[in-house]
Amino acid sequence: MLELSPRDREMLNGDHGPAPQLAMSILVRMADVYGAGELMDISQAHIDSTIYLGDATLEFAERLGSLGARVAVPTSLNVSGVDECGWKDWAVSPEWAAKATRQMLAYEKMGAVPMWTCAPYQTQMRPSFGQQIAWGESNAIAFANSVIGARTERYPDLLDICCAITGRVPAVGLHVTENRAGQMLLRLVDVPLALQQDDQFFAVLGHLVGKLADENIPVIDGIVVSPAEDQLKAFAAAAASSGRVALFHMVGVTPEAPTLDAAFLGRPPERTLAITTADLRAARRELTTADGRELDMVILGSPHFSLAEFRNLAPLVAGKHADSRVRFLITSSRLMKELAAEAGVLGPIVEFGAQITLDTCILASPMLPPEIKTLMTNSAKYAYYAPSLLNTRVTFGSLADCVRSAVEGRVVRDDSLWQTA
Amino acid sequence: MADRVIAGRPVVEGEAEGEALVTHDALSFWGGYDFRTGDIIDKHHPLVGVRAAGRILAVPFSKGSSTTTAVLLEAVRAGTAPAAILTTGADSFFALASIVADVMYGKSFPVIALEPDAFASLQSGRRLIVERSGLIRER
Repeated sequence: MLELSPRDREMLNGDHGPAPQLAMSILVRMADVYGAGELMDISQAHIDSTIYLGDATLEFAERLGSLGARVAVPTSLNVSGVDECGWKDWAVSPEWAAKATRQMLAYEKMGAVPMWTCAPYQTQMRPSFGQQIAWGESNAIAFANSVIGARTERYPDLLDICCAITGRVPAVGLHVTENRAGQMLLRLVDVPLALQQDDQFFAVLGHLVGKLADENIPVIDGIVVSPAEDQLKAFAAAAASSGRVALFHMVGVTPEAPTLDAAFLGRPPERTLAITTADLRAARRELTTADGRELDMVILGSPHFSLAEFRNLAPLVAGKHADSRVRFLITSSRLMKELAAEAGVLGPIVEFGAQITLDTCILASPMLPPEIKTLMTNSAKYAYYAPSLLNTRVTFGSLADCVRSAVEGRVVRDDSLWQTA
Repeated sequence: MADRVIAGRPVVEGEAEGEALVTHDALSFWGGYDFRTGDIIDKHHPLVGVRAAGRILAVPFSKGSSTTTAVLLEAVRAGTAPAAILTTGADSFFALASIVADVMYGKSFPVIALEPDAFASLQSGRRLIVERSGLIRER
């Protein structure tokens, strides 16, 4: 049975106004679904409801807005349905842009910080270890829980904002220490160091882990390298696309997994599976749906390209030019573009012929013209969703492969490591 | 012939009737469901190309995107949502979509959790009647 605090009850009764009342009424019904005994405080939120899909998402945002909704905790905003300043360069219709912009405005007016990014953990809104938060956006949820050790349930669109308005969440799931124990052990077996060092490794591993984990919290053992933050970001995004991973532990890498025993909170794993090089090869093959060499666009930045990724890209493209038949697009946030410019790494990337889309991505905004049919990317999330959402064919490859392909005007991939490994 | 009766637990209560569409693979509605048509569009999913609108969709749980709920809300508004969703656990994403659809449009759909054995016994194409108590009759 759900026991509400006096303040929760006041909100539910409308004593704090109609918006907290509506948000609390949804939250209370959801607490019942979760089987929660009580609600608890959060100190931060990230809102995925910003993604404009159609009239329903807009009506929901404007309904809350018309009730005077304000967020009760520091809140960042996820990608929207439109690049507010750059949409006219693309195939976005004025009607879509107008409605998506209205939805952006509705959430901004609630007092949330307009970061417009799916990588809020790389901004000043990054939460801290152990912090109780309510985050939407599957990749951000997995990253915040696993890589930072902040605590969020897997919050969906429409609920994230209710949590932000009330500052409350059902006290269940990944907010609670004992529910954060690993459940399934995935052990890398004879996966060579050279493969683990490859730029594609963590994205491919994430894609595979998402499929293997089902509803379980996976624990990955056998990592012998020290992944960079953007590699863990790629892993989290991949695992939360092919599967429903909201928390993973990587032994010796993530903060709640200094040891195997710690990752399982001292309990035995419910299941153990081996991951072999052959499994990884097969997973990598699945991420490619294109069969030829044709290439219309290289697309980077799902999740949004970070400063470190801009820094990695700059020397690869310096002094080169993308072939005139191939578009080279990077999706990122206003903040990261600004930081990249300040760091002096944006110049060579723009001179190479790259375009940069902000606030959104090719999956969340209908921006690609129909003649773009074949994509190449180093993002497992783009590779997973683009064939279904955009009806495009995709080749998955390393960042260096993406650059080389853009220069040559056709798909070129150095597969040697993945064939011999 | 007598109906087969399957016990379910109502996660979101409601009544529905329709043809069963059963899958054992989790589904993300964002990138997986076109709310303009009610078709499943995830090219990694065995039901790709199948219309789920108006049917009783049995899917073990949601995966992938947080936007699954928003896609389902759009589908309810457009009249292209499944008539009910049957799962193996209390799936918070499907439940939320139904609850918000109720708040916004006065139209919810039942979300019913089944025991694994009961879920495994479901077959596509059978006519199902979902009762308010969570009881499911199969004709």
